[in-house]
Amino acid sequence: MSGARSAGRLARALDSDLFYSFRRSPVAVLSGAVALLLVLGAVLAPMIAPHDPFDLASLNLMDSLLPPVFLDGGEWTFPLGTDNQGRDMLSGIMYGARISLTVGVSAVAFAVIVGTVLGLLAGYAGGAIDALLMRIADVQLTFPAILIALLVDGVIRAVVPKDVHEQIEVYVLIFAIGISRWPQFARTARGSTLVERNKDYVMAARVIGLSSFRIMLSHILPNVIGPVLVIFTLTLGLAILDEATLSFLGVGLPPTQPSLGTLIRIGNDFLFSGEWWVTIFPGMALVAMVLSINLLGDWLRDALNPRLR
Amino acid sequence: MPAFILSRLLQAVPVLLVVGFIAYAMFAFVGDPVQIMLGQDYTEVQRQALIHDLGLDQPFFVQYAKFMWRAVHGDFGISYRLARPVSGLIAERLPATLELSVTATVLSLAVGLPMGVYTGVYRRSWLARGFMVFSLAGISLPTFLTGILLILCFSVWLGWLPSFGRGDVEHIGAWWTTGFLTLSGIKALVLPAITLGLFQMTLIMRLVRAEMLEVLRTDYIKFARARGLTDRSIKFGHALRNTMVPVITIVGLQLGMIIAFSLVTETVFQWPGMGLLFIQSVGVADIPVMSAYLLLIAVVFVVINLVVDLLYYAVDPRLRIERSNAQAGR
Repeated sequence: MSGARSAGRLARALDSDLFYSFRRSPVAVLSGAVALLLVLGAVLAPMIAPHDPFDLASLNLMDSLLPPVFLDGGEWTFPLGTDNQGRDMLSGIMYGARISLTVGVSAVAFAVIVGTVLGLLAGYAGGAIDALLMRIADVQLTFPAILIALLVDGVIRAVVPKDVHEQIEVYVLIFAIGISRWPQFARTARGSTLVERNKDYVMAARVIGLSSFRIMLSHILPNVIGPVLVIFTLTLGLAILDEATLSFLGVGLPPTQPSLGTLIRIGNDFLFSGEWWVTIFPGMALVAMVLSINLLGDWLRDALNPRLR
Repeated sequence: MPAFILSRLLQAVPVLLVVGFIAYAMFAFVGDPVQIMLGQDYTEVQRQALIHDLGLDQPFFVQYAKFMWRAVHGDFGISYRLARPVSGLIAERLPATLELSVTATVLSLAVGLPMGVYTGVYRRSWLARGFMVFSLAGISLPTFLTGILLILCFSVWLGWLPSFGRGDVEHIGAWWTTGFLTLSGIKALVLPAITLGLFQMTLIMRLVRAEMLEVLRTDYIKFARARGLTDRSIKFGHALRNTMVPVITIVGLQLGMIIAFSLVTETVFQWPGMGLLFIQSVGVADIPVMSAYLLLIAVVFVVINLVVDLLYYAVDPRLRIERSNAQAGR
């Protein structure tokens, strides 16, 4: 029963305008394929990665800093070479992409929740709450997000003891990046709420005597979420870059939980001795990931924009 | 005009007060300066005396006011990490960051504007398409990766340019240092400036291209052609001039981004500027340096926004007329 229904849904999705415009755009198909490949590699890393970079027993220092397979001295066991501790670069990148994606997606999800809730509240309540929230957003938008994230990260680093901090660093990063990105979502949600608030269906809901909370959540929210989701995709690329930048600067994830940014940072030390693959391969993976997500976001924005149809 | 500047300045005051409040709250609630200054052995009387001397027994808002008063006079306290006054540390590092940021901005304008005009005017030529592909790379490469790639090519493989530091610097006056006057200083500036300016360069190029395409389609360009003006005067006198308003906005806002990303560039190239100082301070939670940097950046951003507004005024005559009408109406 439910199988038949989901099959019907799939058929309808494949027949939709959105999927049609996806198929028509070669850029969208290509970047979708790249993004899918990277996401699959990241999600399935524990199952399909050739080595486990966290399994200390399998590491052999004799294998350290081996070049990739197409250079002299490369081996097929380590197709993209190894780093200074003999860890396979390909597996390292898959696990790194996993952490980068986790932090990026969680941070943007956090920003979406905070931003949408506050935007709804500001737009629906108006008055002093609206003025206060939007001024905070204005002040924050004057500063680049990466600075805010750095500052939040630095303050938490000062408050929390060092040993605890290392364990919760992932959550600290998610919080820092999420809090630095909420104003765009709040502005978008507020703008749409201001439009929806005066429509007849909201009036009707008010006349029946529903609470403001319920009107915001089950009546206005579904009509506000569309534009928010478009910004979600575009912000995701930025958030992944934010995380990579923080980790590269040495205030992000420690080498025990390497993200792509941490891998690039580790590799940076070996640039001068000629082992370029330790830093360039994670860098290429990062660029491919961010570029494909950005191109998908651009496509989605245009595809959902009725004026461009 | 003076009224306009004044109103913008008045709008900036609350922003600075809020940022100052955050900076002060960091001071007050993160870490315990009394604990840090007393060390291991102390009596309760000594502790109370120090608290009184530091003014920490006064109400929160009195302390905040005092903090802002000292900050306005350039006194940001003493760095926990280096045990030196923060103002001196920043004054030492400021010239390096300013030279790098200004060079990067000038570079991005000097290269980005002509490229944008060219790709807008001759958009079907092969060179213009090449520029567009190049700009896609420039926009999607993160700053630190650009720096690493440049170091790999020009320092490690080719060995042409240094990969870290500022080279030899000349001292001008009491505290200003410059790398412009020595060959090694200029060589050291090349890679960081390209790294920092690349993103902005591609952004300016794409923006100018888009605006040029838009403007060249308008009626007044057609009329200018009908009047028989030269091609050159149409493209540069009429079209380019009208693309300037959005370009100024973006360049102004991006100047802020340049300062933020000078953090990254300075770390990649070990450039001895304020950004590197800030990163080192975040790593060890050196709160006085962090809050001073925060305040300084806030001032810079407020000034940039003001200058951008004034430039609009200079570039777009419509704004002047609208404003005087609005004032006459009131």
